[in-house]
Amino acid sequence: MTITQNDTAGVTFGRRQCVIRIGNVSARASWRAIIVVAALLVGAFVIAVIAVGLGKYTVAPADVLGVLTGSNTSFDRVVILEWRMPRMLMALLIGSALGISGAIFQALTRNALGSPDIIGVTSGAYTGALIVIAGIGGGYYAVAAGALIGGLVTAVLVYALSYRNGLAGFRLIVVGIAVSAVVNSVNQWIIIKIDLHTAVTASVWQQGTLSGQSWSQVLPMTVCLVVMAAILVAMGPQLPVLQMGDDAAGALGVQPDRARLAYLVVGVGLVALACAAAGPISFVALAAPQIARRLTASPGVGLVPSAVMGAVLLLVSDVIAQQVFSGSELPVGVVTVSLGGAYLIYLLISQARQR
Amino acid sequence: MEPPAQLTQRNRVIGLLVAVALLALTCVASLAVGTENVSLPTVWHAVTDYHDVGDQWIVHDLRIPRTVLALLVGLALGLSGTLIQAVGRNPLADSEILGINSGAALFVVSAIAFLGMTGIWTYIWFAFAGALFAMLLVYLVGMTGRATVTPVRVLLAGVAIGAVMDGVGYAVRLRNPQAFNNMRFWDAGALDARPLEVAAAIAPFIAVGAVLCLVVGRSLNITALGDDLAKSMGGNVARTQILSLIAVTLLAGAATAGAGPIGFVGLMVPHAVRRFTGPDWRWILAYATAVAPALLLAADIVGRVIIRPAELPAGIVTAFLGAPVLIWLIRKRGADRS
Amino acid sequence: MTSAESGHPVTGQRDSRLSADHLSIGYEDTAVIADLSVEVLDGRITAIVGPNACGKSTLLRGFARLLKPSGGQVILDGHDIGSLHTKEVARRLGLLPQTSIAPEGITVADLVSRGRFPHQKVLRQWSGSDDEAVAEAMRCTGVTELSGRLVDELSGGQRQRVWVAMVLAQQTPLVLLDEPTTYLDIAHQVELLDLFAMLNREQDRTVVAVLHDLNHACRYADQIIAMKSGSIVAQGDPKSVITEELVEAVYGLKCQIIDDPQTGTPLVVPRASPHVRART
Repeated sequence: MTITQNDTAGVTFGRRQCVIRIGNVSARASWRAIIVVAALLVGAFVIAVIAVGLGKYTVAPADVLGVLTGSNTSFDRVVILEWRMPRMLMALLIGSALGISGAIFQALTRNALGSPDIIGVTSGAYTGALIVIAGIGGGYYAVAAGALIGGLVTAVLVYALSYRNGLAGFRLIVVGIAVSAVVNSVNQWIIIKIDLHTAVTASVWQQGTLSGQSWSQVLPMTVCLVVMAAILVAMGPQLPVLQMGDDAAGALGVQPDRARLAYLVVGVGLVALACAAAGPISFVALAAPQIARRLTASPGVGLVPSAVMGAVLLLVSDVIAQQVFSGSELPVGVVTVSLGGAYLIYLLISQARQR
Repeated sequence: MEPPAQLTQRNRVIGLLVAVALLALTCVASLAVGTENVSLPTVWHAVTDYHDVGDQWIVHDLRIPRTVLALLVGLALGLSGTLIQAVGRNPLADSEILGINSGAALFVVSAIAFLGMTGIWTYIWFAFAGALFAMLLVYLVGMTGRATVTPVRVLLAGVAIGAVMDGVGYAVRLRNPQAFNNMRFWDAGALDARPLEVAAAIAPFIAVGAVLCLVVGRSLNITALGDDLAKSMGGNVARTQILSLIAVTLLAGAATAGAGPIGFVGLMVPHAVRRFTGPDWRWILAYATAVAPALLLAADIVGRVIIRPAELPAGIVTAFLGAPVLIWLIRKRGADRS
Repeated sequence: MTSAESGHPVTGQRDSRLSADHLSIGYEDTAVIADLSVEVLDGRITAIVGPNACGKSTLLRGFARLLKPSGGQVILDGHDIGSLHTKEVARRLGLLPQTSIAPEGITVADLVSRGRFPHQKVLRQWSGSDDEAVAEAMRCTGVTELSGRLVDELSGGQRQRVWVAMVLAQQTPLVLLDEPTTYLDIAHQVELLDLFAMLNREQDRTVVAVLHDLNHACRYADQIIAMKSGSIVAQGDPKSVITEELVEAVYGLKCQIIDDPQTGTPLVVPRASPHVRART
C-alpha cells in the first residue's frame, strides 16, 4: 500500500467541480452539469420564442421578443400572451414534473426503465377521467379532478399491496404491473360500453393533449410544482445515498423505507398532477432522466437536469404535434410515443455496444 | 432434488386425468351456460345430431365456435407462458406481460387499418411478425448489455416495449374511427362473435407450436439450470432457445390474432400446476395442456354469467383473476431480492 | 443496566460506548439472536466469529441500527440507539456493509464524498471540512491516485478500499465492518486488516468486525466474541477464548492450537484427515 502525500486539501473529482462558499453556506456541482442545464434552459427559451410565433398567424421572433419586453403592443400581444404562451408554459411545467417524477422512479427502482407508468398512476388517472367523461360529464376541471383522484387512489392501492415489512423496489414494480392490468381492463370495459363518439374523445384525452391550456391552469400548476420542488430540496440529497443499497444508506443516516416513501409520494404527486392537467403523456418521464444523465455524464439520475430535460422534450414534442400536419393537430402523446420508440431503439444500440 | 413423496409417477398421471376430466366438464358447462342457459339434453342433441330446433342453434352457432376458440387460445397461451417461464428462467412472465401480445396486436391493427386486411388468414401472419418483433426487442433490451439480468429487469423491458406497442397501436386506431370501433371489443380479449373459421385458421399454427413444445420438453429441465451448467450436462441451449422462440411466436401470435390480447393465463397456469407436478417442466407442460384451456373457458363462462344479460369479455375476467394471483406470488417471495 | 428509563448516561461503563442489552432480533417469527448481552470495548478491536448463520452479521447489523430489535436494546453512549436521530447515529457509528451498490459511472472521489452525508445540511453541501475529510480518507486507504477513476473499472481489492475510504470519510469514532475481507485475495486481506489496526492505534477508533477467518481474528482483535446459534459462547481476549475445545464446540472442527510465530497469538491448525496425511 503506497501512501501518497497530498499537500492540497482539495480533492480531484475527475470532473471539474464548481464549489460555492459564502459564509457557512456551501454547494458543489460539476461544471458539466451546470453548463448542460444552462444550455437546455437557453434552448428552451429559444425554441419557445420561435415556436410561439408559428401557426396561422405568424409572428417573427423579433416581434415576439418585443411582446415580452413590452415594446410591441399590437395584436401580436393578444396572440402571443393570451393564446399561445399559456400552452408553452404548461408544456414546460408539465414536462418538468414528468422529468422529476421519472428521475425519482428510476432512482427508486434502480433501473433505467422504471417509470411512473408502472405504478399504475396513469392507468388509474384514465379511469378517473373516463368516469367523469362518460358518467358524470363535465369540463376540464372535472376531468382533471377525476384523473387526479383516480391516479392517487391507484398509487395508494399499489403501495398498500406491495408493502411488506418495508418497501422493496421489485415488489412495487410487479404489484404495479398487476394492478395496472386490472385497471386497464376496467378502462377497456368502459370504452366498450360507451358510445363511439365519447370513446374516441376519451381516447384522445388518454393520449395526452396540451390543447386548450389557458392562464387559469398555469397558476395552480406552478404553485403545485413549486411546493413539490420545495419538499425535494428540504429532503436533501438522500436519493443518491439510497442508490447505494439499503445497508449503506442506513449506515449513512438515511432511513431507507421512510425516505423511499417520501420520494414515492412526491413522484406520484407530480405525475398525477401532470395527468390531471393534460392526460397521461407517455415516455417523457422515461426518456428525460436518462438523456439528461448521458449529457451531464453523472452517476445516477439528477433531479434538476431531468426536470429541465423533460421540459425541453415536452415543449419540442408539443411544437411538433402542432406543426407537423398543417391544419390539424396531433395529440402530443402521439409524438411522445414515437419519441419513446426512438428512445428505446437508442437504448438497444447503446446496450448492444456494451457487449 | 427429490420431489415430495406424494409426487410419484402414478399420482401425477392420476392428477393429469383429473385435469382432463375437469377440462371436459368445463367444455360442457361452456356449451350449456350463458346469458341463456341451455339444458343438457339439448346440448347433447345439438352436438351429436343437430336439427334447428329450440335452443340447439345457440349451442351450434354460438357456443361451439366459442368453446373451440377458447380451447385453442387457452392451450396456446398456457403453453407459451410455460415456455417463457422455463427458458427465460423467469417465474413472473407470460406473453402479455412481456409485451409480446402487444406486438402482435399492433401489427394486426396496422394491417387492418393500413392494408385493409380483414381476413384472419391474412392478418395472422402479421400477428406472428409482431410477436417475434416484440420478443426480440424485449430480449435485446432486457437481457443483453452489462447490467445483470434479473426477472424484474426483463419485466420492465417488456412493460416498456409493450407500452410503446400499445401507444402506437392506439394512435393507429384513432386515425380510423371505424377500425377503432371494431377493435374495441377485440382489444379486451373477446371470444364471442368469432366464427368457427377463426378457430380453424389458428389451429394449425397452434398445433405446430404444441409439437415444438413436445420436442423441447425434455431439454427444458436442463436449460433451467443455467447456461453453463446446462452445456456441461450435454444440453443444447441454443437449440432449445431457438425452438422455444419459434413456438412462442406461433402460439402467442395465433392466440392474439384469434381472440385479441389476453393476459395472465400463461402466467398463472405454470404456478397453479406446479403443486401437483413438481418442478419437472415436461409434466408442467402436460398439465398446462389441460388446465390452461379449462381456465380460459372458466373465465369466459364467468364473463357470461356475472353481469347477465350483458357479457364481460374473457380478457377482463382473466385480468381480475390473475392480478391477485400475481400479487400473492410476489408477496410470497419474501426477502428475495431480484 | 439500561438507561432508557433514567435518560442519563449510564455510569460504570466508561470504557464501553456500544453495547447490547438482552438483545433479541428475528425475522417474522424466528429469532436469530435471543437475549444477548455484550459490551464492545472502547478503543479496541473486537472480532465477532462463528459458523455460518450463527447470527454474527445480525448482531453487527443490530449494532448498526439496520435491524429493529424484537426485544432488548442496543445502547450507544448511554441511550437506546433507536431513540437517537439516524444522522446523529451516523456521525458516531460507521458501517462497511457486506454488499453495497456503486452507482453506474461514479468516480472514486464521488463515492468517497458520499460518506460526508451525515455531516451535510441543506445549505451546507460542501464545506472545507468535507474536502479535508475526503482527502484524508483517501490518503489513509491509498486510493488518492485513483481519485478521478470510475469505480466500475477498479479491481476487487481497489474497490473495497474505496468503500472503506467512504466509511472513513464519515469520521466516526466507531467503525463496524461486516466481513470486510470476503472477495479479497490474501495480500489484500492482510493489507485491509493492517489498515484497521493502524486506524485503531493512531486514531483511537473502536473497530468491530465480523470475520470469517479465525486466525485473522486472533491476530488483530483485542476482544473476540464467539457465537453459535444466536447466542454468545465465549468472549474475551483471543488467548483465553480460542481454545481447542471451543473451536470444536462452535465449529465442529478438531484442531490444534499453536502460538503464531509472528505475533504469539493463537493460531488454529485443523487436524489433518488420513487422506491428507497420506499425501505427504
